[in-house]
Amino acid sequence: MEPYKKHESIAALMDRSNVDTDQIIPKQFLKKVERSGFGVHLFHDWRFNDDGSDNAEFELNKPAFKDAKILVAGDNFGCGSSREHAPWAIADYGFNAIISTSYADIFYNNCFKNGILAIKVNKDQLAKLMTEINANEGVRFVIDLENQQVITPAGNGFGFEIDPFRKGNLLSGLDDIGLTLKHEAKITEYEQQHKQDYPWLWA
Amino acid sequence: MQIKAILGDNIIQRIVYYAFDRPYNSPYDSYKARMSALEYAMKKTMYEKIWDSHLVVDAAGQAPLLYVDRHLMHEVTSPQAFEGLRISGRKVRNPHSILATMDHCVPTKNRDQPIADPIARKQIETMADNCLENGLNLYDMKSPNNGVIHVVVPEHGFVHPGMVVVCGDSHTATHGAFGALAFGIGTSEVEHVMATQTLPQKKSKTMQVVVNGALSKYASAKDIALAITGKIGTAGGTGYVIEYTGEAIRELSMEGRMTLCNMAIEAGARAGLVAPDEKTYEYLQGREFAPSAQHWDQALAYWKSLPSDDGAVFDATVTLDASDIAPQVSWGTSPEQVVGVDGLVPAPESFSDEIKRKACEGALAYMGLTANTKITDIAIDLVFIGSCTNGRIEDFRIAAEVAKGTKVANGVIAIAVPGSYHVKQQAEDEGLDKIFIEAGWEWRDPGCSMCLAMNGDELTKGQRSASTSNRNFEGRQGKGGRTHLVSPAMAAAAASAGHFVDIRKL
Repeated sequence: MEPYKKHESIAALMDRSNVDTDQIIPKQFLKKVERSGFGVHLFHDWRFNDDGSDNAEFELNKPAFKDAKILVAGDNFGCGSSREHAPWAIADYGFNAIISTSYADIFYNNCFKNGILAIKVNKDQLAKLMTEINANEGVRFVIDLENQQVITPAGNGFGFEIDPFRKGNLLSGLDDIGLTLKHEAKITEYEQQHKQDYPWLWA
Repeated sequence: MQIKAILGDNIIQRIVYYAFDRPYNSPYDSYKARMSALEYAMKKTMYEKIWDSHLVVDAAGQAPLLYVDRHLMHEVTSPQAFEGLRISGRKVRNPHSILATMDHCVPTKNRDQPIADPIARKQIETMADNCLENGLNLYDMKSPNNGVIHVVVPEHGFVHPGMVVVCGDSHTATHGAFGALAFGIGTSEVEHVMATQTLPQKKSKTMQVVVNGALSKYASAKDIALAITGKIGTAGGTGYVIEYTGEAIRELSMEGRMTLCNMAIEAGARAGLVAPDEKTYEYLQGREFAPSAQHWDQALAYWKSLPSDDGAVFDATVTLDASDIAPQVSWGTSPEQVVGVDGLVPAPESFSDEIKRKACEGALAYMGLTANTKITDIAIDLVFIGSCTNGRIEDFRIAAEVAKGTKVANGVIAIAVPGSYHVKQQAEDEGLDKIFIEAGWEWRDPGCSMCLAMNGDELTKGQRSASTSNRNFEGRQGKGGRTHLVSPAMAAAAASAGHFVDIRKL
């Protein structure tokens, strides 16, 4: 992964709650064996009409949200299926930050494995951001992970909390597996003990 | 260090807090309170016991590293993980910890023909190649053991109480029925577990869901699961591991417990757990991957140590009375949008919460329903019985009991998809297939099928289903398809009536 850098970009708004991963990337696109190329299918069933043309009603099709890298969305974003195709599609489409009050657990984990910063805010903060975007579509926010700040032109910015481990990994772009394998000796030691304590698992 | 190794970090922290750090009013109070607090601090929930016994590393500044005993796999969420291993030159650390199947993309009829969809075919072939290359146990489409991963795994006794179990699939929660900590992971994590046999994890909070009393006739584990999701919402369990307790849970069969835990994720929980008991041990004994006779007593002693200690404290508790739970029907596009079969489709105005009101409006529009319609007046076009939620033998037994001697209503398509070839065989041995076929049902080969409609079995736009699956999201069963989640008995009754029926009145 690329190290996560401070950036300023357009914030797109999806004023919906409980957006599920079936909507983020519908099942007909889960058959691929590659990790790339899911962006064109992001929100497919909402984004396109039956004839394949863009659905003008769908928020992300608004010209003002073109090139947005920040997605502001309602409660419980990413619920449902564990499919990592959802964050793959979100990242491939161009988003690298999501702002919501809450996320489903598996989706939240998956975001950080794919260079997406999922920021948790309170209802009041979210409402202010939504109002600011609605009043000025195409508005650009600054995301500063290092200092844990969201900065907006209207001054609705705030500091946010994030687990230091997740933050460190995003900032360094380090591979999780590589980090874990530093504990190789401990894993082996645990396994030896495990074989003694639970021999039926290894028989 | 020695004591820490025996008791786990958690306990030490609690003892220090309750015996030394916590302020008390008077010296006498303090003595009494410290003694009882010490007693309290020694008590653990089942989740905490499993967590503590699987901690490999718990160092400051890092996510705790949890050991993984069993890794389940299917064709949809694994190919990119194998690709990652190959690119980084890493190997599968313990191939014996893995059991793989093909279920999401597989056709449920004409299985002797090649898969028509070339992309699905490639995914199936890739799975076979990856398993062969890494020496993994795969129940492929031709194997007599093939079926839906969460149906197949218990059939072979691959998951035991006290294990940590993962799979790139949110319905991994199913295996909590055995008292195992089982949860869904993403594909990056699938790769992580293959390479390291561990996962960095954040400890969850604990929620106890107590279901007292007894279920009424034809109310089932599915109805408990839907009623819980209706009560706490799809985000109600976020950040928690749920332990289901109470009389109604003890009464459930292993199949029923699997149905219940399967849908823990629908309430947002990381995992669901049911304490192991005699039913669990009896179910496991003699199965292929269950402990051998040589180790049985030792395993059993360990399993009996797992249930939450009396007086262990949960972070949250939710209580339901089973006798209040009517057969449930979902009316909307989220599994929390459910109501008893004797109820009405709600009106948006009936929700005081603005977000819920808006969600109701959107759901009614998508579902093509009018507020205050009687649930029993909703006509359906298709019935699906199957999936990792309700694709087990008990599900087909109860559905066959309801379907026996009936005919599928005019214009309705009814499909029975066993969760595995073993379920199919067992059902055929009991003559259930004949009951379904005589009633006008299709009797298919196993797979995920219409639960997520990846294999070509799907609803067309505007079609309405009564489905025993787990999710009623927009488009889940096909673009524009309208899903009502129900139990197998409710699905079977709807098939012959052409609309929902209060099966308690049959």
